[in-house]
Amino acid sequence: MVSAVFHSPLEASQDAAAARASNPPAAPVARPAPVPKAPRQPFDWRSLWLAVLPPVIGLALLVGIWGILTQNSTTFPTPKVTFEAAVKLFADPFYSNGPNDQGIGWNILFSLQRVAVGFGLAAAVGIPMGFMIGRFSFLNRMLNPLISLLRPVSPLAWLPIGLLVFKSANPAAIWTIFICSIWPMIINTAVGVQRVPEDYLNVARVLNLSEWKVITKILFPAVLPYMLTGVRLSVGTAWLVIVAAEMLTGGVGIGFWVWDEWNNLNVKHIIIAIFVIGIVGLLLEQLLVGIAKRFSYDD
Amino acid sequence: MTTDQQYIKVENAEMVFETKKGRFHALREIDLSVAQGEFVTLIGHSGCGKSTLLNLIAGLLKATSGVLLCDKREIAAPGPERAVVFQNHSLLPWLSCAENVHLAVERVFGANESKAQLKARTQAALELVGMGHAVNKRPHEVSGGMKQRVGIARALAMEPKVLLMDEPFGALDALTRAHLQDELLKIVARTKSTVVMVTHDVDEAVLLSDRIVMMTNGPAATIGEILRVDLARPRNRVELAEDRNYVHCRKAVLDFLYTRQGHVEKAAA
Repeated sequence: MVSAVFHSPLEASQDAAAARASNPPAAPVARPAPVPKAPRQPFDWRSLWLAVLPPVIGLALLVGIWGILTQNSTTFPTPKVTFEAAVKLFADPFYSNGPNDQGIGWNILFSLQRVAVGFGLAAAVGIPMGFMIGRFSFLNRMLNPLISLLRPVSPLAWLPIGLLVFKSANPAAIWTIFICSIWPMIINTAVGVQRVPEDYLNVARVLNLSEWKVITKILFPAVLPYMLTGVRLSVGTAWLVIVAAEMLTGGVGIGFWVWDEWNNLNVKHIIIAIFVIGIVGLLLEQLLVGIAKRFSYDD
Repeated sequence: MTTDQQYIKVENAEMVFETKKGRFHALREIDLSVAQGEFVTLIGHSGCGKSTLLNLIAGLLKATSGVLLCDKREIAAPGPERAVVFQNHSLLPWLSCAENVHLAVERVFGANESKAQLKARTQAALELVGMGHAVNKRPHEVSGGMKQRVGIARALAMEPKVLLMDEPFGALDALTRAHLQDELLKIVARTKSTVVMVTHDVDEAVLLSDRIVMMTNGPAATIGEILRVDLARPRNRVELAEDRNYVHCRKAVLDFLYTRQGHVEKAAA
């Protein structure tokens, strides 16, 4: 990551510094008026070129192959037709004609809301649990077999249990996300706690720090990078699971939307949905990578 | 006030580790007294348990049998009155140099002193080791020697009864090491600290110590010999290089390490 040598310790990366500059009231430290910057260097076109060109070529290749393969197809839409459909679809993403006919924007938002609730609950339970498992080897030995047993279970196997207990589709979908996204957070947090360097704990022992100080000044910062990796994996899983869960539960959501369009034999929309799901997943991932960068430290 | 000749007292200490491969007898029959204000180094080949002995005095390890006393109280657990300078500095990478020191200062003096006083102590400790300019830097932004200085500042800031140092300069280059040794001599002369230091460097041991504790090879290592270094302080490394007494002490340590205790290493190699 970008070294923070030229910044105050709070500014772990230039991204953070840039974000702060654009939003001064949120800055936690009072900073003097911006110092005039050194004369701007000529813009580095070459590196921009190298950063942009390969992904564009990759995308063009995908669309190209897709176009060639569907040239004479009657059932599978061509890229052009799909693009036109997408333009029409995104022209009005937030219309609402009753519960079974809503804009794609609503569908995405409903799915994201379920993910947020399920994932939030999983974090609230999983992270403290990971801390406990990492800290107490008895708990570790007690719960490890259970975790190993339950973790590989397919998300959809949990759905009937949710339907049975909650007797309603929406809580069942949230339950499925909860149970599938909790494992990476538990495991990563526990591993992080177990891997806190012995030296840091020895420092705590020599200083005779209170348990609260040990947690806030040593354990939590040391575990944070591991924890954020767990959170990232969890959000990825949650987003994978929601599409599948919604296909079965129905209601408003991107997964249900895909299934609905399949029933309408509207393949264009299914392809659009695949792209949309991919892009939203990518954005979620990037968001969390950004957060993780912000809190990582160099040893 | 007379100085306590048995400020740290180790009586017949044994250390046995229970490892997966079975019992490992690390130390046997350790008897050692350190006077108040004395500078003692522990020297020996690697694996001879000198760090183990230091950790026993620190309280980080518990002796299998035997008695360890510091200021007439049993050493049962680690505590800030026996500050440790770790070999790899062990600064918390997410805290600035000042925050690292402040953590220790706050723990020891936080109950009785104001925030401003605590801050002044932190600053004073960092200035004592010549790090007053880097208070807001994080450990990864300063050099290895500077990190070790901050580690020493953290230990000194607690005003410990005893300063325990585990090869504090082991990871540093020769020039930085010499510089920090000189600094340490000055600081100890000023603070009159009782110091127990582990080292594998013969020159370092002779230059710094009042007494050198030479340990036999492990397993079941013990104290082989204790050498008193009768050199006037303040000591100057350049002048000492030709001092007869210094050369004699150096020869005695080398003789112990390589003539009398060298054979195990040869056999192992």
